[in-house]
Amino acid sequence: MMNMQLVTGNHAAGHAMSLAGEANRSARGAVCGIYPITPQTEIVEYVARFPFSKGKVIPVESEHSAMGVCIGGALNGARSFTASSSNGLAYMAENVMVAAFYRLPIVMAAVNRTLGPPWNIWADQGDSLMFRDFAWIQFYCDTSQDVADTSMLAFRVAEDPRILLPVMVCMDAFIVSHTSMEIELATQEQADEFLPPCEVPHCIDFNHPVTIGGMTFAQDTLTHRVDLDEAIRRVPAVLEEHRAEFRKVFGRDVAGALESYRTEDADRIFVASGSISTTLKDLIDEWRAKGEKVGMIRIKLFRPFPCEEFVRMCGKVRKIGVLDRNYSAGTGGIFWQEVRACMQGQGDRLIQGYLTGVTGGDVVPSTVDEVLADLSQRSEAGEPVWKGIDQ
Amino acid sequence: MNAANLKESEADCLLRPGNTNCGGCGMSAGLSMLGRALAEETYSLVIPACCGIVAAGAFPTTAYSVPVVASTFGSAPAYASGVAAVNELNRDEAAKPKHVICWAGDGGTYDIGIATLSAAAERNENLIYICYDNEIYGNTGGQRSSATPTAAKTTTTPAGKHENKKDIIGILAAHQVPYAATLSLAHPEDFQRKIKQALSLNGFRFFLIHAPCPTGWKTEPSESIELVSLAVRSGVFPLYEVFDGVDYRINAEPDGTDPAEYYRKQRRFSGQEIDLGKAKNSIDKRMKRLHQLAEMSKSG
Repeated sequence: MMNMQLVTGNHAAGHAMSLAGEANRSARGAVCGIYPITPQTEIVEYVARFPFSKGKVIPVESEHSAMGVCIGGALNGARSFTASSSNGLAYMAENVMVAAFYRLPIVMAAVNRTLGPPWNIWADQGDSLMFRDFAWIQFYCDTSQDVADTSMLAFRVAEDPRILLPVMVCMDAFIVSHTSMEIELATQEQADEFLPPCEVPHCIDFNHPVTIGGMTFAQDTLTHRVDLDEAIRRVPAVLEEHRAEFRKVFGRDVAGALESYRTEDADRIFVASGSISTTLKDLIDEWRAKGEKVGMIRIKLFRPFPCEEFVRMCGKVRKIGVLDRNYSAGTGGIFWQEVRACMQGQGDRLIQGYLTGVTGGDVVPSTVDEVLADLSQRSEAGEPVWKGIDQ
Repeated sequence: MNAANLKESEADCLLRPGNTNCGGCGMSAGLSMLGRALAEETYSLVIPACCGIVAAGAFPTTAYSVPVVASTFGSAPAYASGVAAVNELNRDEAAKPKHVICWAGDGGTYDIGIATLSAAAERNENLIYICYDNEIYGNTGGQRSSATPTAAKTTTTPAGKHENKKDIIGILAAHQVPYAATLSLAHPEDFQRKIKQALSLNGFRFFLIHAPCPTGWKTEPSESIELVSLAVRSGVFPLYEVFDGVDYRINAEPDGTDPAEYYRKQRRFSGQEIDLGKAKNSIDKRMKRLHQLAEMSKSG
């Protein structure tokens, strides 16, 4: 049963999250706080017009309250989800943190848009990456199909009793959010089969009244953080179980923590995330056709960073080039830093950072071609290389 | 208050004995009265950052006998909207409704939470929102809020506040919420009646409690109830209710008590010249306006 449709990344996210919400009609239902911001608005519009049989969508006055409604809904046992972008995510930040610290399985689509000022609506991952230390699980998707499938998978991972953490499903502004491609969309029957009823074990219980979020001293707070750390570290293994379930129900694969592409005999590996990795794949094919042994690793799961699997995928390859559509001022690309930290103690490696498409510039094949050429001729790593700056 | 209510066990109190609140705390007295009014009801509380959540005590104990959700400072009505939505979706028609009550200070209500409050009121969320107004950021040691009255000294207005106190009931009335009312700890029957009134309605219901903070007001803990009584009698804190934003009813008429008696008992008003004439004038003006609104409501 193929449900092929020509849809955008926004449509894919709205559709998957809404079906997931509807799937919880046998339990406590779905509750969403929503607020518009370019370029994710279409997602919350989709959710707002979805005919939930047991759900309430609350159009609030700010992103801060949108997450607040999701927190209240989840704490009362509902399946809760929302979407945001850029400065909206920044405005939401305080409650984003609470969602994780309250161990709530909320799912949020984050359409990666440059933070302002100056005001710019184009793709840059700096918005969701500001939450890298907020204990949210973060997936970076490369296509609308990946968005659709990961949005569904996200609920299974978030609500797994071994995890109970919120999940951010990220996609590049416009390049994925607004670009239509033909993908296979889930049906309600599939969502119902794939998603068990949402259970929040610590939700409001009148028979056992507790104060959720009262004061603790350092020792109990530390225990809370250690529990949280243990939970998020389980994600790579738990994710594999749910990917297998996904395959059974939907009859197709959804990418896991990392995706390797032609790395088997590679002597140079390029690392990317989001839509850049689709362009990179094409260039890898072109270079392979010329006899160059190049390969790619797409980082999809950024938090927790799947370090063990990454090291294994890299094998003995010495030259690693990391393409970042984000940067940490005065330091470089955030994925590049993560790769360097991960490869610490893994022998002599040349790990070069490339800042590509930061603040939304197009990353065209010729840009990626330059990156491949640069790494190929390098004998040692240097400062991150900016691409796309007018000379 | 009937005899049955007096026999409530310590475990059934909304705010149980053993909490660490200050002597003479208006918020504590308010919680006791609220607990009695809601003795037969099923409800949960959403409490933003304020003395109200500190009152719960340290994990794993809690001074509260009902489920409580702590929210971020400006978010109580948003969290409560989510909680209430799930209650609605899972409503058991045969059972009594589960109420959701926000319990917030003036900082969380008049200042950092005003946008969230306004939005929840505009959406007419099925919530009861109670602001215990101690006219100060009490939890952080006594800084000015937009609920601090003119001339009151706080740690951030050491020479006394120059600006007026916000009219929060007026703001809520402007949202045309089903019910908005003031509550006085010195008028327990009126307090109970109005909570019952709110329970008989649906939608957004707002209460303002005048809540002395002896630490911040520099007053004697034993005089807290006398202070709020003086505030009603002198017209400083009128007792009234507003239905649907238009129908005003005054619940207690000032008895001619001089407002100076209220001000002189509080050291937060000492050390600067309070313009008592001006204060009295503004009290008179407000009472006159409330009377006009009440008269118009009768004729309307």
